[in-house]
Amino acid sequence: MELQQYSPYFLFQETYALTKRLFIQLKRRPSTLFAGILQPIIWLFLFGALFSNAPKNFLPGVDSYGNFLGAGLIVFTAFSGALNSGLPLMFDREFGFLNRLLVAPLSSRLSIVLSSFLYITILSFVQSLVIMFISFLLGYGFPNIFGLGIVFATLILLVLFVTSISLCLAFVLPGHIELIALIFVINLPLLFSSTALAPISFMPNWLGWIASINPLTFAIEPIRTAYASQINLDLVALNAPYGDLTCRNCISLLFILTITSLLAIRPLLNKKLN
Amino acid sequence: MNYIQIKNLSKSYPNVSALNNLNITIEKGNLFGILGPNGAGKTTLLKILSTLIAPDSGEVYLNKIDLIKKPREIRKLIGYVAQEIALDKILTGRELLDFQADLYHMEKSKKIERIEFLINQLDMIDWIDKQCGTYSGGMKRRIDLAAGLLHIPKVLILDEPTVGLDIESRNIIWELLESLKRDGMTIILSSHYLDEIDKLADNVVIIDGGKVIDQGTPFNLKSKLGGERISLKVQEFSNYEESEKLKEILLKIDGISQIVVNKSQGYSINFVADKGKDFLSKLKVELAFCKFEIFSLTQSQPSLDDVYLQATGKTLQDAEIMMAGKRDLKKESKQSMR
Repeated sequence: MELQQYSPYFLFQETYALTKRLFIQLKRRPSTLFAGILQPIIWLFLFGALFSNAPKNFLPGVDSYGNFLGAGLIVFTAFSGALNSGLPLMFDREFGFLNRLLVAPLSSRLSIVLSSFLYITILSFVQSLVIMFISFLLGYGFPNIFGLGIVFATLILLVLFVTSISLCLAFVLPGHIELIALIFVINLPLLFSSTALAPISFMPNWLGWIASINPLTFAIEPIRTAYASQINLDLVALNAPYGDLTCRNCISLLFILTITSLLAIRPLLNKKLN
Repeated sequence: MNYIQIKNLSKSYPNVSALNNLNITIEKGNLFGILGPNGAGKTTLLKILSTLIAPDSGEVYLNKIDLIKKPREIRKLIGYVAQEIALDKILTGRELLDFQADLYHMEKSKKIERIEFLINQLDMIDWIDKQCGTYSGGMKRRIDLAAGLLHIPKVLILDEPTVGLDIESRNIIWELLESLKRDGMTIILSSHYLDEIDKLADNVVIIDGGKVIDQGTPFNLKSKLGGERISLKVQEFSNYEESEKLKEILLKIDGISQIVVNKSQGYSINFVADKGKDFLSKLKVELAFCKFEIFSLTQSQPSLDDVYLQATGKTLQDAEIMMAGKRDLKKESKQSMR
């Protein structure tokens, strides 16, 4: 059987196969999907209840704490999923399955990375939609079509940014134990040092500085804006200590961070995959 | 015709020289055996041939294509079956083959046809739709082999494919390799099973410590030793001092040569006796003079183990025991991870 010459279709074929494998794994072991949905919903209930008796208008511009929390939880769900995206690759490395991929005449070994991006992005979208729907049922509103566009564009940028870091870690760290340990260490501190749970005005100055350079904040604020009845990308979304940032500023910063991280991991991926 | 040429190939890991200036040529359509104990450098050589790792120096050509400069061209031509069977235990066997076929960019109709053919050829129909995590060692090896053969490679590279397998699976794999050889496929098979290489290989290279010890057809390698292989024991389990005394006795007898102590067989003495010469009566006299009695004396045709023993002064079994103490498998596993 003679193999055909390389064509652009091959990149699609191999990326499709690699992504399909990840979804078959998810279908047969759906616990990560459910845990990823269940955890933020529990947070929504518990944190929402925690502040249910707080004075009205204690948070500027929102009716209830649940309204404020929703955006943070959507971002946290996507962030956690993307942070874990290096794990399947790490297991493939450890168990030798990656060698099966590397011996194959892939038209581009970036299809291995591309499939992880696709898988995590789709998974985050599904999880986010479920969370948004449940938030809606709890009376916390639902974004309009333009708002939905902002939510998904922001999530794509965040997922690309965090997935690229996680894949990089999957190649750099010696094994999955170290990767899981690192995920544990950085996951919650990044959430608490962002504007997911409280606005910057509630924070001490030092934490306000950290929160205003935290990439999660740059994703949370546009999604919070997306829930507004009148969406204006040029309204101030974040009162950072270094100056006010609009929703457009936040998305632009997230975009720059994503492009920078993708460019930064390229040499490492080239070295490891070629 | 030299289909695969390996020239001055060297590869080192920290503190270990895995391959040391290796030169090997492999003809098209041959089943080429690589024999050596664990840690001899077989897996490193096969990983270089399958483009998984790059050598430190040297050249490799497959069908005149430079393997180091054009690895992607090489990948189209080879099928690789690794020593460690790496399957996705969540996928079924059929899904795994389908996945693998897509990585080789096979057309849908050809893919389905080829998968069905291999399922029948390797007798996998009863369990192909079960998840790989439920498979026995033999089943895993068969599906792994099928994955390596999906795209009908020009060269099939197999790293110890029958280690730890039951007899049925081993026979199925042997029959398959013989049929692939008849079809003209070039096969590179590493093993530390002497009988496997002796039965299947057209040509064999024996490597130890990353160096080529000898190469040729199994028949020629064995014939080169000449004479009759004799194994002598004066008691069931002897010791070093006794074996040294016996060596001295044997050296005095005309027609006896290539005397080696085989430690793994209780310090038995292996030697070659010239054909047609009566060494036995003289041996009996000399042994009696030194108050030894013959416990056992066996005669056999030379085997590949004798070739290895003659070249290195140790049996393959001895070499493996020695290497087992020296190897750090955890470290090697980390080194093999990308």
